Amino acid sequence: MSCLELIAFAVLLLSAVLCLYRIGRGPTAPDRAVSIDILGTLIVGFCCIMALATGRDYYMNIAIAWALISFVATLALAKYLEGRSYDA
Amino acid sequence: MMLDVAWWIIGVGLAFDLLGCVGLIRLPDVYNRAQAATKCVTLGTCMLLLGVAFVGFSGTSVPMGIKALICAAFVLLTSPVGAHAICRGAYLSGVKLWPESVEDAFGPRADQIQQQPTQKGAADREETKAP
Repeated sequence: MSCLELIAFAVLLLSAVLCLYRIGRGPTAPDRAVSIDILGTLIVGFCCIMALATGRDYYMNIAIAWALISFVATLALAKYLEGRSYDA
Repeated sequence: MMLDVAWWIIGVGLAFDLLGCVGLIRLPDVYNRAQAATKCVTLGTCMLLLGVAFVGFSGTSVPMGIKALICAAFVLLTSPVGAHAICRGAYLSGVKLWPESVEDAFGPRADQIQQQPTQKGAADREETKAP
């Protein structure tokens, strides 16, 4: 693992810590939902830097699956926040 | 040469990611935080994936590049839709705007939505409860 990849991991970890701060601190529930969405997108970035660092391409499969599943989770949270019925 | 270009793209993407998360900390209300963080992090992650695609196509592994492009398309499609849904849910659940906000374009439409008395699902449940 080269120096550049370590720097990339450090920057992504710093971003993830900022997201975690907002999840813990956020005054309302939508703040936390937005932060969780952003954290999911950051994890996709982690997966692609992992693919670069190790040279194995199955990390990209994980990134694709994570992007889609985090989208479904975000939509479920959003419908829950609306406070109305799920099928309206 | 290709590798240098790829690492420059990845570096710019990382800067966008970090600045988006700083915006998530610094801005005053949910809607501002959502727009700053979503736009910056979506573009940043797409640039990371584009850089990985450059590395992949320049000789490491072509499947990795193709998967990176597919993943960039997914992130570009799903992330703004998710943020829009969360902001709509936040407004309808009654989160207030920042007091110094200038315009509230969704306000009349939100009142209209909240005045619709019944939902289809609730009506269905009433019907099944009746007998």
